[in-house]
Amino acid sequence: MKRRGMTGSLAEHPAPQIARLERRLFLRQGLSLGALALLSGCELTDAESVQKVLFAMSRWNDRVQGWLFDPNKLAPEFPESAITRPFPFNAYYGEDEVRDVDGGSYKLELAGLIRDKKPWTLPELYALPQSSQITRHICVEGWSAIGKWSGVRFSTFLERVGGDMTAKYVGFNCADDYSTSIDMATALHPQTLLTFRFADQILPPKYGFPMKLRIPTKLGFKNPKHITEIFVTNTYPGGYWEDQGYNWFSGN
Amino acid sequence: MQAAQDARVLVTVHPLVVRITHWINVLAVLMMVTSGWRIYNASPLFAFRFPNDLTLGGWLAGALQWHFAAMWLLVLNGIVYVTYGIVSGHFRRKLLPISPGAVLRDIWQALRGRLAHDDLSIYNAAQRAAYLAIIFAGAMLVVTGLAIWKPVQLHWLAAMMGDYEGARFLHFGAMALLVFIVLVHTVMVAFVPRAFLTMITGKTRRVP
Repeated sequence: MKRRGMTGSLAEHPAPQIARLERRLFLRQGLSLGALALLSGCELTDAESVQKVLFAMSRWNDRVQGWLFDPNKLAPEFPESAITRPFPFNAYYGEDEVRDVDGGSYKLELAGLIRDKKPWTLPELYALPQSSQITRHICVEGWSAIGKWSGVRFSTFLERVGGDMTAKYVGFNCADDYSTSIDMATALHPQTLLTFRFADQILPPKYGFPMKLRIPTKLGFKNPKHITEIFVTNTYPGGYWEDQGYNWFSGN
Repeated sequence: MQAAQDARVLVTVHPLVVRITHWINVLAVLMMVTSGWRIYNASPLFAFRFPNDLTLGGWLAGALQWHFAAMWLLVLNGIVYVTYGIVSGHFRRKLLPISPGAVLRDIWQALRGRLAHDDLSIYNAAQRAAYLAIIFAGAMLVVTGLAIWKPVQLHWLAAMMGDYEGARFLHFGAMALLVFIVLVHTVMVAFVPRAFLTMITGKTRRVP
């Protein structure tokens, strides 16, 4: 599941066979009780068309969530006493597979519709104006936890590098081969932070060293860790979980 | 005279709007509950999971797709039903008046198998309570579901129900209430099979 490089190469990346296979599998399993009752009247189990309707509805829900999103509406913030300890680890892999990124040689690459694509080192990023937030992280699985993150406002960073703020999407590629993408309105939200610290400590590897994008207005899986590349684009970039069927917008 | 002697006059029990919205609702609730159970299983609130064979979607992403597609059917259908019920006077005529004493008495009668169902066009107090409760449960499911879906954009709503985590428990509770009423309702219909046909044809023969 490598998805690196420029926007162009993302677009022409073939849909992974495995994801397609999984999709077919879950569809077959999914056509249990409820779906059978639903489909029994029709030409039984026209799975592909059911799949199409569900994807179309998910795209529709992306649009509805875009309309519902208020760029000035702030996620609730909490006192230090509300912080969840220990904060749960979550990724598409187990905690024993957490990637160790070398901070000394680390460079944040920039691509796409960005004026100044010069890579950033960690000391340069740490020198940007920092702020903190204590907000609720909500996982798509249903659980939630409150944590404290500190870093630079993402809108400030985008301004600094001359990102095209009229573009539709901002995409992220990560050292753990994860990827995701968000809408520009959310990228510019005042609580969307490019964070370097968790609970006032430099981000430990399991929480995304050296950098995690914290978006309290989106579900947890839209908050990428170990970011190595940021790109701005008008071509829908998708993402690791989004390509497998999770709703793209996934706003709170 | 002749007709009165025959006394087999067809009377309308369920208007067309009620019948259509009832069966769409069956479909929508079935999809919402079975996909919702799969979503619940991803992070259970209590020390149990629902059997996967009873769920819809195959995995979390699939269940979420079903849930967030079927919600539109549930809500739009619910709006049509409730608007019709209020505007046409259907709710007032069929579900009111209702008193706690009458409800308890009729539930007791039902448990002893002595509840009369001679005239299907008039709901007994236990039915009235059940149908009002199911409307309440449906409304609660939608409102708590909105708070779970949009705890930031609709924070005023989530704040009324103990924030995001509180809304999850209330959502579960409303589901449990709804499933309980549906089960009792289904058992009762099995005892009075005429009622099932009536929800399709809309008509019944008035018993003299």
